[in-house]
Amino acid sequence: MNYMMLIHHDDAALGKANQKELWADYAAFNDALAKAGGRSGVRLKPASAATSVRVRDGKTEIIDGPYADTKEKLAGYFMIDADSDAEAVAWAQRCPSARYGTIEVRPVMDVHQ
Amino acid sequence: MNADEARQTVERIARESYGRLVALLVVRTRDVACAEDFLAEAFAAALEQWPTQGVPANPDGWLVTVAKRRHLDDLRRGQVQMNGEPHLQMLASEIEAAARISEELPDRRLALMFACAHPLIEREARAPLILQTVLGITAKAIASAFLVSPGSMSQRLVRAKAHIKDCAIPFSVPEQNEMPERLNAVLEALYAAYSTAWDEPHDGASELAPEAIWLTRLIAAMLPEEPEAKALLAMMLYAQARRSARRDRAGCYVPIDLQDIALWDRTQIAQAENLLHACNRSGPSGRYQLEAAIQSAHIVRRLSGANCWPAIVSLYDHLVSLTHSPVAVLNRAAALAEVAGPDAALAELSAISKDKRMLGYQPYWATLGHLNLRAGNIEAAREALKIAIGLSTDDAVRQHLRQRLPS
Repeated sequence: MNYMMLIHHDDAALGKANQKELWADYAAFNDALAKAGGRSGVRLKPASAATSVRVRDGKTEIIDGPYADTKEKLAGYFMIDADSDAEAVAWAQRCPSARYGTIEVRPVMDVHQ
Repeated sequence: MNADEARQTVERIARESYGRLVALLVVRTRDVACAEDFLAEAFAAALEQWPTQGVPANPDGWLVTVAKRRHLDDLRRGQVQMNGEPHLQMLASEIEAAARISEELPDRRLALMFACAHPLIEREARAPLILQTVLGITAKAIASAFLVSPGSMSQRLVRAKAHIKDCAIPFSVPEQNEMPERLNAVLEALYAAYSTAWDEPHDGASELAPEAIWLTRLIAAMLPEEPEAKALLAMMLYAQARRSARRDRAGCYVPIDLQDIALWDRTQIAQAENLLHACNRSGPSGRYQLEAAIQSAHIVRRLSGANCWPAIVSLYDHLVSLTHSPVAVLNRAAALAEVAGPDAALAELSAISKDKRMLGYQPYWATLGHLNLRAGNIEAAREALKIAIGLSTDDAVRQHLRQRLPS
């Protein structure tokens, strides 16, 4: 099954980490992921750069900032193809961001089912 | 006594005696989920009464009595279906049981473990069920240990408990002919419990390791004819003996060859050696016997300086042919490097390099990295060690690998 692994960061906690070590760990994680057939995803710019848009009763509202104003914010994602939830959770556990935020493990809807 | 102290006492008992109390109650209720419900009511009553009335002299006995009374109330109200005779038997045995709770506890817990290992219960649920009902570990913590979501772990446990009730699985130590299959599941659960405790970064944070050892000791003593029970106990003791040497002061992981042997607990090592000798006398070599023998050889190697590597390789030969596990092949290759050099070991590893299970297995990449480093293949070493770092979840292990990474 395919899983999208949503990375949520606590920017303050992430800022306090040793940056050199963190990004070296990330490079190692991406290598391991690629070896196991995963796809490295995308890294987003900080949530402060976000714009939120919605249409209500035909009127468009445009708001500066992310959709949900939480401490941990969506920061990116990666994809894996795992045989079980356990395997997907193991990959979330290895992701360096799990130490500074939360990885949300979401199975991808299979349209053929 | 103030309310806080009373609450702490209740929490401590819940942590330390939960499994024992469930085991005792389940003899009456024949239903794990039901026993847990009554016990939960008893704990609630304790939280209500102990702060004002004081903690009773025998808190475990108090909780069991209250839980049994709730069960009786239910029976009287007819909520639990049962015919008259067992009901009367139960009343009689209840009176005598109160007097001998302490001597009853060990075998009751054992019986509960074997019931949880019944072949009718789905295989993946057996170890978690034992961990929850006997060791009192929460579904959430078990879910983390087995890397599944708490929701699906809870469902799995609920299903397993319903099965015990619906199939009327008896709470007893099984007959000799049923023993091997059940014993395997029980030992597997205890092994999982001990390994979980081993992976916990903070020493002393958990009672799980001593609990797992205690229960394994109980099984080994009650089933002296079963070499695998003794062997598992030996394995745990070998590991426990080296526990305080496995990290340095900075919390960094220390491999066995660099551990300070002055920190090893010689009493536990001697106990493990005795167990290993005892189980080798009786019967065929099982998986735990081989693994315990390998641990023993590593310890002798460090303590005496003797070259045990050829013996370790041949023990792994047996383990590979017994289990056909890629992990055994991997460990054999690491030992072979000490006898025949890193190139011979790397050649062995090519047999499992296409195994999908190995691609996400941290020790595979760490071993591959170390062997390539020794063989002088710097590029291959760097790649493998980097992947090993990417797969590590323990900061101490990551730190150790970073130091090995060639710059």
